[in-house]
Amino acid sequence: MAFNLIGKDFTPADIEAKVTGQAKYSEDFRAEGMVFAKLYLSPMPHAKVQKIDASEALKMKGVIGVLTADDVPEINAPGSPILTNEPTYVGAPILAVAAVDEATAADALDKIKVKLRPLPFVTDPLESLYPGGPNAIEKGNVAARGVDLQEHKWSAKDFAKAGEGQLPEGKPVEEWAFGDVEKGFKDAKIVLDETFVTATGSHHSMEPRSCMAYWQNGKCYVHGSVQSSSFTFPFLAKALGIKPNELVFISEFCGGGFGSKAAYYPVMAIPAYFSKKINRPVMLRISRAEEYYLGSARAGFQARVKIGFKADGRVCAVDAYVIQANGPTTGFWDYQNLGSAISVVYQPESMRWRGVPVLTNTPPQGAMRGPGENQTAAAMEPIIDKAARQLGLDRLAIRRINAPDNSGTYGGGGKQVPLTSAYLKDALDMGAKAFNWEEKKKLSGTRKGSKVIGVGIGQAFHTAGANGFDGLLRILPNGKLHIHTGVGNLGTYSYAGTARIAAEVLGYNWDNVIIERGDSRKGLPWNLGQFGSNTSFTMARTNYVAAVDAKQKLLEIAAMDLGGSPDDYDLSNEKVVSKSSSSKSMTFAQAAQRAIELGGKFSGKELPEDLNPMTKGSASAVAGSGLVGVAKDNLKKEGVVPALCAGFAMIELDTETGQYEILEYLTVADCGTVIHPTGLGAQLNGAAVMGFGMTSTEHHVYDPKLGIPATRALYQQKPMTYVDVPSDMSWLAVDKADPQSPMGTRGIGEPPLGSAASALACAISDALGGHMFNRIPISSDMIVNAASGRAQSHKPLQVNTQ
Amino acid sequence: MNRDMMSSFELFQPTTLGDALELLDQYEEKGWVYAGGKDSLDWFKDRVKKPEALIDITGIQELGGIRETAQGLEIGALVTLSALESNALVKQQYPILAQAAGRVASPQIRHAATIGGNISQDTRCWYYRYGLPCYRAGGNTCYADTPEGMNREHCLFEADRCVAVTPSDTAPVLVALDARMVVRNSDGEKTYPAEEFFIGPDVDITRMTVMQPGDILTKIILPKEWAGARSYFEKVADRQTWDFALVNIAMAMVVSGGKVQKVRVACGGVQCTPRRLTGVEDIMTGEALGSDLEEMAGSVASRGAKTLNYNHFKIPLMENLVKRAIRNA
Repeated sequence: MAFNLIGKDFTPADIEAKVTGQAKYSEDFRAEGMVFAKLYLSPMPHAKVQKIDASEALKMKGVIGVLTADDVPEINAPGSPILTNEPTYVGAPILAVAAVDEATAADALDKIKVKLRPLPFVTDPLESLYPGGPNAIEKGNVAARGVDLQEHKWSAKDFAKAGEGQLPEGKPVEEWAFGDVEKGFKDAKIVLDETFVTATGSHHSMEPRSCMAYWQNGKCYVHGSVQSSSFTFPFLAKALGIKPNELVFISEFCGGGFGSKAAYYPVMAIPAYFSKKINRPVMLRISRAEEYYLGSARAGFQARVKIGFKADGRVCAVDAYVIQANGPTTGFWDYQNLGSAISVVYQPESMRWRGVPVLTNTPPQGAMRGPGENQTAAAMEPIIDKAARQLGLDRLAIRRINAPDNSGTYGGGGKQVPLTSAYLKDALDMGAKAFNWEEKKKLSGTRKGSKVIGVGIGQAFHTAGANGFDGLLRILPNGKLHIHTGVGNLGTYSYAGTARIAAEVLGYNWDNVIIERGDSRKGLPWNLGQFGSNTSFTMARTNYVAAVDAKQKLLEIAAMDLGGSPDDYDLSNEKVVSKSSSSKSMTFAQAAQRAIELGGKFSGKELPEDLNPMTKGSASAVAGSGLVGVAKDNLKKEGVVPALCAGFAMIELDTETGQYEILEYLTVADCGTVIHPTGLGAQLNGAAVMGFGMTSTEHHVYDPKLGIPATRALYQQKPMTYVDVPSDMSWLAVDKADPQSPMGTRGIGEPPLGSAASALACAISDALGGHMFNRIPISSDMIVNAASGRAQSHKPLQVNTQ
Repeated sequence: MNRDMMSSFELFQPTTLGDALELLDQYEEKGWVYAGGKDSLDWFKDRVKKPEALIDITGIQELGGIRETAQGLEIGALVTLSALESNALVKQQYPILAQAAGRVASPQIRHAATIGGNISQDTRCWYYRYGLPCYRAGGNTCYADTPEGMNREHCLFEADRCVAVTPSDTAPVLVALDARMVVRNSDGEKTYPAEEFFIGPDVDITRMTVMQPGDILTKIILPKEWAGARSYFEKVADRQTWDFALVNIAMAMVVSGGKVQKVRVACGGVQCTPRRLTGVEDIMTGEALGSDLEEMAGSVASRGAKTLNYNHFKIPLMENLVKRAIRNA
């Protein structure tokens, strides 16, 4: 299909504000009488607050008040409390103090006496599963979204039965299977049995989750840093105990989230509750260290995967068991995604998955860019290489034979569901050609002094789209198209990319399009959040159906005024034009004016019944201002929408120092039709940088005896810098349309992290002659140890190590 | 735990050394010498250190500048790392100092950080920086040296209650180049050889250098003896920038007639002070360069190392760095 806008570069309207510094983020806002809050954080990994004495602090000049857990709704464990009297990790907010400035607030915190009674704590899930082992919270040690809080212990026998360095396999909490796994292993030429550990890590959003709130004329105004505007709204209102129409939420800019600011999070509620208590606007600026404590983290895995291959490399059976270090709250379903990711990327003929999400006294966990799928990619892809070596197969070939195509399925949950479309084989082929895999693989292991070349291929998956949300747009009497989007402004520009779907349907000149977003007063439709790589599918559909609705109304108005039936007309150059006589036409501006006069459905005075209440409210608020296109996405959707990526890396590793240089890196994305090439490139390369960090440096380190983190600053967490990544990073896209997306688009935000992380892990392993680390990240010391033939410092299943 | 907000302090910005020394005497332990601030600000923002008075010495002209003198090259304590990195005299005569300065932290930090601060900075032991009451902080335990301590970055040598290491990239270079540190206080001036300037926990567990309250490091003198010597510097860290060394090495040697006439070599990141590798020097002196010498010297590099839970990788790393230094100097 030839498009006017889709597949072409453009400059989103808010970029200038970002690069000139004019963009206002949460902490840039000020309100009359505003005060600053600071948090008192738990110094202990698990404790009970016995007494709080704030009297000395409250006597200080400039101190306005204190907010404790008793002032906010109680949220029982393993829910995520706003403030707590039972902190379950170091850095959990116990109370907040407000003062005229932050320095006074910080001085006040030093004067507040909080008496804590220490409680047992645990940082290693296996310690908690051992009989008699500590529980992270008082009432249990296992919980997740959809898994009730419970005490779950394995027997000592379960532990004893596991081989040296192997994950014990006690009773799971969840499990699923498809196919005949037993037969699958019988069919296998080789079976690998690998235990591995992946570390927890942080998102490193440039903007910490600062928030400001105040109350005015019965409404609560909140300025927050979130990825998603609409999807945050009802949850924030609920957390504040108010009706949606009593909340004004401003979220125009977000300095990165990577899942950690997917939607409402508890810290966001503190300024609003505090403001209500002290009747002053409250600003809560979150520091970098606080981000590492309470800003959410990627879940860590202790896992074991048995995987059977036929002689041709086809995966015939998988038996996966994963223990998730879940943090002290319900966390995220990374562990489930280990199973689904394996089921998609390797399309096993049979598979069993088992999992236990174990609560730990470490930072609360949330989704982080490819939650579960990307840890899985980084750990699994070197295992695929090991199989290729044992079977004497090419590493591209063994991936190609298993990679999903349009007949591929998604097996998460044990039911094999078709993929809407999949071109991972194409991505591998394109990448192999562009990267020149055939020649590059010959360089593998070549030495120059102490330096050795390693090459690797990585692959990753994430689901990439949902359905059932709403679209809303307006054509005004001045002819301009206003597209309302509640997606959010995470920095991917998919809010703008998907808006172009609507402009494309209506044949609009992009200069005549205005995007309404970032402020609940602007009338935002009910959109899914900007997370889960879904926007480019989900909101392509909502914007499409709203535009189709507007198009139909334009045709109907023309037919009414100019005669004939709607089918006699078409849209051209922002006019409705008769198919038979081009002189018979009306401009969109004229049609918009007529829509206002006609009222009813044309101006949004009458709305479809099936709209979400938020969309209904928003559409009603703008009704009468022009021609309103509004609809729920009722388009057909069957199966699971995938985002898939292949990555190709070549490194030069110095066996004397453990240092390596990534010489070349290429990502190939399978994301359906490309909407915005520059935006896609930024996503792919940016994700690759995060992926390199995941494989080489980024992780939380905890002292297991003290339960305190070693990593609470950027210099300790070590995200990649521009000199750690190749200057020559390139990307390609398969660019084949998904049949269930109106213009063929699918999401892609997450898997390019996993494909880069896994390509690098494979390249490191390759440079070391196929050495298996079975651990992510692979830190410098591990490479030095491996290259010099020494044992590693950590035990195979140890977590939170340096 | 109450991070990222400094406590209040009195700020003084003297423009003469005399005024600065007077202020330091007045405030004694409660005063804090401030130059680039790259060590200080972390402590302040974490509220682990709360000085009463900050004596900002960056306005004292005589502490800046690089000049040639009869003794050698004099480097003012306030010279920034980026100035050092790009100085023609330093690059020509003592290139490893320029290289080491250029590998410290990040470009932004090097623009503000001074050579004086880089060599007198406190250790980066994360337990100590966290604010725990360890030996070095005046307490009675070491949190890093426990059966479960996370001590990948900690020491192999000369542990004495404390297992922290020197974090400086330039310090081992100054030891290898046999530099002199000139320290002033109100009683006068004293010059220390680099090796004596840095002190271990056995001497004083609360300090990393000989400097005491009231002292100001004014300049560093690089002796002519080592100007233009063959030399080598390398830093191994997790990242290519903005990172502390896991291990670094500095070597300077004079080779004549194909044989090593004299050599000095020091490693950072393995001991509380830059560790001079005298065994390596002994083996090298009088010998011809080559792979045999590399192997032999490498084999003694880590002699006497006592490992902790997570740092035994520093043994092969030290050995390899010695070999590389000999190979590439």
